Amino acid sequence: MNPVNYLYLAALLFTVGAAGVLIRRNAIVLFMCIELMLNACNLAFVTFSRMHGNLDGQVIAFFTMVVAAAEVVIGLAIIVTIFRSRHSASVDDSGLLKL
Amino acid sequence: MNAAATASMTSTGEAVQFWILAVVATGGALGTVLMRKAVHSALSLAGTMIVLAVFYLANGAYFLGVVQIIVYTGAIMMLFLFVVMLVGVTAADSLKETIRGQRWLAALCALGFGVLLFAGIANASLRSFDGLGQANSGGNVQGIAALLFTKYVFAFEITGALLITAAVGAMVLTHRERTERAPTQRELSVARVRRGKQVPPLPAPGVYARHNAVDVPGLLPDGTPSELTVNATLRARGQIRDVSAEALGELAALEQRSSEWQGQKQGEGRKGAAQ
Repeated sequence: MNPVNYLYLAALLFTVGAAGVLIRRNAIVLFMCIELMLNACNLAFVTFSRMHGNLDGQVIAFFTMVVAAAEVVIGLAIIVTIFRSRHSASVDDSGLLKL
Repeated sequence: MNAAATASMTSTGEAVQFWILAVVATGGALGTVLMRKAVHSALSLAGTMIVLAVFYLANGAYFLGVVQIIVYTGAIMMLFLFVVMLVGVTAADSLKETIRGQRWLAALCALGFGVLLFAGIANASLRSFDGLGQANSGGNVQGIAALLFTKYVFAFEITGALLITAAVGAMVLTHRERTERAPTQRELSVARVRRGKQVPPLPAPGVYARHNAVDVPGLLPDGTPSELTVNATLRARGQIRDVSAEALGELAALEQRSSEWQGQKQGEGRKGAAQ
C-alpha cells in the first residue's frame, strides 16, 4: 500500500466534516464536525511529516491540537451561555447577538 | 528492492490495519454527521479519534498518538459530553428543514468538494515517502522537543498566551453576576401563597411503600397516576413508569389465591364429612 492513502482518508474525513457543518443545526454537533475537520488536517500533517522525513509536520499538528482545545473551551462556553438565555442549542434560533 | 522503494511502500500489516481502521474511521465520521442525538454523535466522534490515534502511531508520530488519546478523546470529548448533558433533553435536533432542499444541496456541495480534493491529491506530484527512520532515530519525543524549543519557540510561547486567554474567557463567559438580591425564604413563601397554585410542597413520587423510585408517579385516590409528582426532566423524556394497573393485578392474584385456599378448605371439609 502506498502511504498516500492516508491523504485520501484525510480528504474523506474532512469532506464528511464539512458536509456535517452544512447539514446539521445543533450547535454542539456542528462543533463536533469542526473537530472532525481539524483531526483530518492533523492526519494529513502527520502523513506529510512522514513523506518529507522530518518532524515539522508533527509539530504543526501539535499546535493544531492546542488551538483546537482552546477553541472548544471558548465555543462550548458560548453555546452554554446562549442556551441559558434562549433555551435552545439550534443555530437557526440565534439570529441576533443581542437577546 | 532498493531502500527508497521500501520506504515508499508500507508493510502488509500496516496495509491491513489501514483498510480495516479506515472503514471504522469513515463510519464514525458518518455517524457523527448522521446520528440524531448529540450523545451518539459524540461517541461516534470519539471512536474516529481513537482510530486516528492508531494512524498517528503507525505513521511514526508516537507522541502525537498518545496526545491524541489523552487530549482529544480524554479531555475534549468529555467536555463535549458534559455540555450535551448540561444542555439536556432539548438538544435533539429537529429534522424539519428551514431552507427547502438545503440538505441535498449541502450533500451535493460536499460531493463536489470531495471530488476536488481527491483529484487534487491524485494529480499532485508527490515525492516518494522518505519515512521517519532518520528523524526518529534520537527518539520521537526528543526530536519534537528539539524543534519546539528552538525553531518554533516563539509560536510555543504565543500558544501559552492563547491557552491562558481561553481559560479566562471561558470563566468570563460562563460566570453570571447576580443583578438583584436573592429573595429570602419569607418572601418566597409569601409569593407562593399569593400565587395560590401550589401552596404546600409538591407531592412525592412513589406509591405507599411498594414503589418509591423517582420515575413512578404517585397515585391519586381514584387510582390515576399524578404527573405532578414526577421530575420535569423525566416527564419531558417520557420516562414515567405507570404502576396504576399493578394494584388491580395484585388484587386479582390475591382473590385467586384466597379462592383456591377456600376451595381447598371446602374440599378438606367434604372429605372430613365423608369419613
